[in-house]
Amino acid sequence: MSMATATHDADHDHGPAKGLKRWITTTNHKDIGTLYLVFALTMFFIGGAMAMVIRAELFQPGMQLVDPQFFNSMITVHALVMIFGAVMPAFTGLANWLIPMMIGAPDMALPRMNNLSFWILPFAFTLLLSTFFMEGGGPAGGWTLYPPLSLQMGEGFPFMIFAIHLAGISSIMGSINVIVTILNMRAPGMTLMKMPLFVWTWLITAYLLIATMPVLAGAVTMLLTDKFAGTSFFNAAGGGDPVMYQHIFWFFGHPEVYILILPAFGIISAIVPTFARKPLFGYSSMVYATTSIAFLSFIVWAHHMFTVGMPVVGELFFMYATMMIAVPTGVKVFNWVSTMWKGAMSFETPMLFAIGFIMMFTIGGFSGLMLAIAPADFQYHDTYFVVAHFHYVLVTGAIYSIMAATYYWLPKWTGKMYDERLGKIHFWVSTLSVNVLFFPQHFLGLAGMPRRIPDYSVQFADWNMVSSIGGFVFGASQLLFLWVVIKTVRGGKKATDRVWEGANGLEWTLSSPPPYHSFSEAPVIK
Amino acid sequence: MRVRGSVAGTGLSAVLALAAGSALADWSLLNMRDGVTSTSRAVHDLHMIILWVCVVIGIVVFGAMIYAMLRHRKSKGAVAAQFHESTAMEVIWTIIPIVILVSMAIPATKTLLAMEDTSKADMSIKITGIQWKWKYDYIDGEAAGISLISSLHPDHNAARLRGASGSVENLREQFGDTYLREVDNPLVIPTGQKVRFLLTGADVIHSWWVPDLGWKKDAIPGFVNESWTRVDKPGVYRGKCAELCGKDHGFMPIVVVAMAPDDYKAWVVRQKAHVAQAAAAADRVWSKEDLIARGQDVYRTNCAACHQPNGQGLPPAFPALAGSPISNGSDASQHVEAVMSGRPGTAMAAYKGLLNDVDLAAVITYERNAWGNSGGVVQPAEIKAAR
Ligand SMILES: [Cu+2]
Repeated sequence: MSMATATHDADHDHGPAKGLKRWITTTNHKDIGTLYLVFALTMFFIGGAMAMVIRAELFQPGMQLVDPQFFNSMITVHALVMIFGAVMPAFTGLANWLIPMMIGAPDMALPRMNNLSFWILPFAFTLLLSTFFMEGGGPAGGWTLYPPLSLQMGEGFPFMIFAIHLAGISSIMGSINVIVTILNMRAPGMTLMKMPLFVWTWLITAYLLIATMPVLAGAVTMLLTDKFAGTSFFNAAGGGDPVMYQHIFWFFGHPEVYILILPAFGIISAIVPTFARKPLFGYSSMVYATTSIAFLSFIVWAHHMFTVGMPVVGELFFMYATMMIAVPTGVKVFNWVSTMWKGAMSFETPMLFAIGFIMMFTIGGFSGLMLAIAPADFQYHDTYFVVAHFHYVLVTGAIYSIMAATYYWLPKWTGKMYDERLGKIHFWVSTLSVNVLFFPQHFLGLAGMPRRIPDYSVQFADWNMVSSIGGFVFGASQLLFLWVVIKTVRGGKKATDRVWEGANGLEWTLSSPPPYHSFSEAPVIK
Repeated sequence: MRVRGSVAGTGLSAVLALAAGSALADWSLLNMRDGVTSTSRAVHDLHMIILWVCVVIGIVVFGAMIYAMLRHRKSKGAVAAQFHESTAMEVIWTIIPIVILVSMAIPATKTLLAMEDTSKADMSIKITGIQWKWKYDYIDGEAAGISLISSLHPDHNAARLRGASGSVENLREQFGDTYLREVDNPLVIPTGQKVRFLLTGADVIHSWWVPDLGWKKDAIPGFVNESWTRVDKPGVYRGKCAELCGKDHGFMPIVVVAMAPDDYKAWVVRQKAHVAQAAAAADRVWSKEDLIARGQDVYRTNCAACHQPNGQGLPPAFPALAGSPISNGSDASQHVEAVMSGRPGTAMAAYKGLLNDVDLAAVITYERNAWGNSGGVVQPAEIKAAR
């Protein structure tokens, strides 16, 4: 390691530019990674504020705070912001920071495109959020933008569509960068089957993104021309087909679900072995499981649409294909548990979040399996049961993995240790409250409460109140996370280069914080 | 010993009975309901099987994790083993889930095929989802020709305005557990008959869902979906629109009243009498006062959600009617056209298929004379001519 630092300093004739210019013009993978992560955190709090409005209105039956139309725009924009503004950029930020360090490269392969792909995002989301101030308000037809409803939006409609286009362009550029970096910039000896799983899962995620983002772009472009150019792609009165939109959307949307979770699998596969002090169980089966999940994700899309009235053969096909995903997903969970088995575990904050991930993601997987059973889905569909399901996989899944990653690599990034005591408090408060928030939503859905409604009958009052209280506590506890990060950046105990006793991988051979260009000279890989 | 045993046994069974009793009371708020059809019971059974499968797998997986976390921790002096592969284990935990999934897929397939079999129906009803109400057309059988518009009950509609509901206790006192689950005209079906539903949408996609029947199905513009039910037990079964359909998606409930065949026959006779009455009413000339009085009711259930009770609307999506040029002046043709044919591309529906001649004439007359408007009278005969 000291070798790497020394060689680096020797040929180092430029550092980052000073001040604001550094962040606008930067082509450095770490700076861009930081920008992505800060942006994602900002969006997480904006989307979170919308969730607070939703839970406040649902705190008790009756309409108290907002009007139904505004409520609908809250649920719609909450989803768009969290998916495209928080989770996806956070994973791209992690990819930027970690992939070059993990494969022994100096930087990303396409640094200028890297800069561009980030700087598109603030414009995209400014456009999206600006629709709230236009006539007709923000998008209120659900994040899936099903026509004909989405076409009833006011003047903000084209702005929202362009925001999605921009976010999509940004994702595609980021993905091209990831693929080119991984395939071309690996240090000698870093064969594909030696790559850390985070690199593997991101490689597959990047292909999913490139395959599906243009599909989304096509779908929303057709919405745009239906609204303004007189086409009738989805307009039944003009010979079009509103269900075709749903097929196209979910052909994007289901792989998107795995775009939001595959990098998480990579993160958990890095953290669990470190704190179990034991190699990852079944590395190659993890790679194959990820690949099969990615493949299956393209042939299960219509399980989101069991109730649209497909031919029964179609329903059977999508039911069987969806159930099959349980097999590779199960392999992953079993492998993580086997990694923990007979290890010598310690429970620092990253490990706590990783274990929380495994347990609660599995709960989300169980409800996912239940939803796959088409006849039962006729009851579950569009109820709070579904809301509970996807928040278990996205909040306690994707977002927990991002939290785990932050605690795990923050000492490497900043060179300083975070406050372990505060980290643990953050974990326990979050984990208790997130279950108070989402677990009762299973009951609500099964008892008959539809999703996306601002008001409900009194028999749902108790669980909604419980859920809202959980939501407020969970929301507030994320401010603690923000504080922990700020506190670490501003000062903390000096971190060692390896940081964690059991850590393995090239990034830990660099100094903490790492040099501006990660590996100026390729490391030797045994 | 025997005495004590039986005392303990009695005590235990008393506790169990108590637990079962209280669980029974709350169970409907925790789990999927059994429902009142063979379909809903089959779906409930599938749900319970897959739920238990998940619980058992969860106990095994989480049990192993918790055991490892308790025993294999560094603070207890555990030394990490270094194994990282076991082909046998990996084959086992690939095969076992596949076996479980196949054994799940078989009953699921059977249920699905039964649910989708709409053949040999005794009668058919067309369901149309409209922003934000349901329309039911009885297509065949003795009830053929009956047509109902089913909207949120006016009392509930008033209570759901922002700040109008008061406390939860208020709502419970006023509506019991039916708040937002009550309509003006419920769908009435006979028990013991296979009723086929044809579902479609007038404007956007809706989804027709009554949990006790065991399914929901989307009502999509330009599509006709099929589904069916056979309810064994007379009763009132409530549901809601399940697909986000705009502003008042949360306020379009469904009420199905299943009647014993004799009661159903009597209901059909009464409805037919209403239809005949309405036809006769359309042929006579109405007084302005009568039209306005009737129009106010029609307005409240059909128009007020968007155009507001005071006629001010919610611009720009829902324009004001008070002072609008279209609802003033001597020429009512534009007004009639807008109400009857709707405004394509907006939430304004074509009401010629939703309301009868008298109601259309009444609501247009009301709109042309309320809130300071001065637009004269439109007679049912004019509507009839405009069709
Ligand atoms: Cu609806």
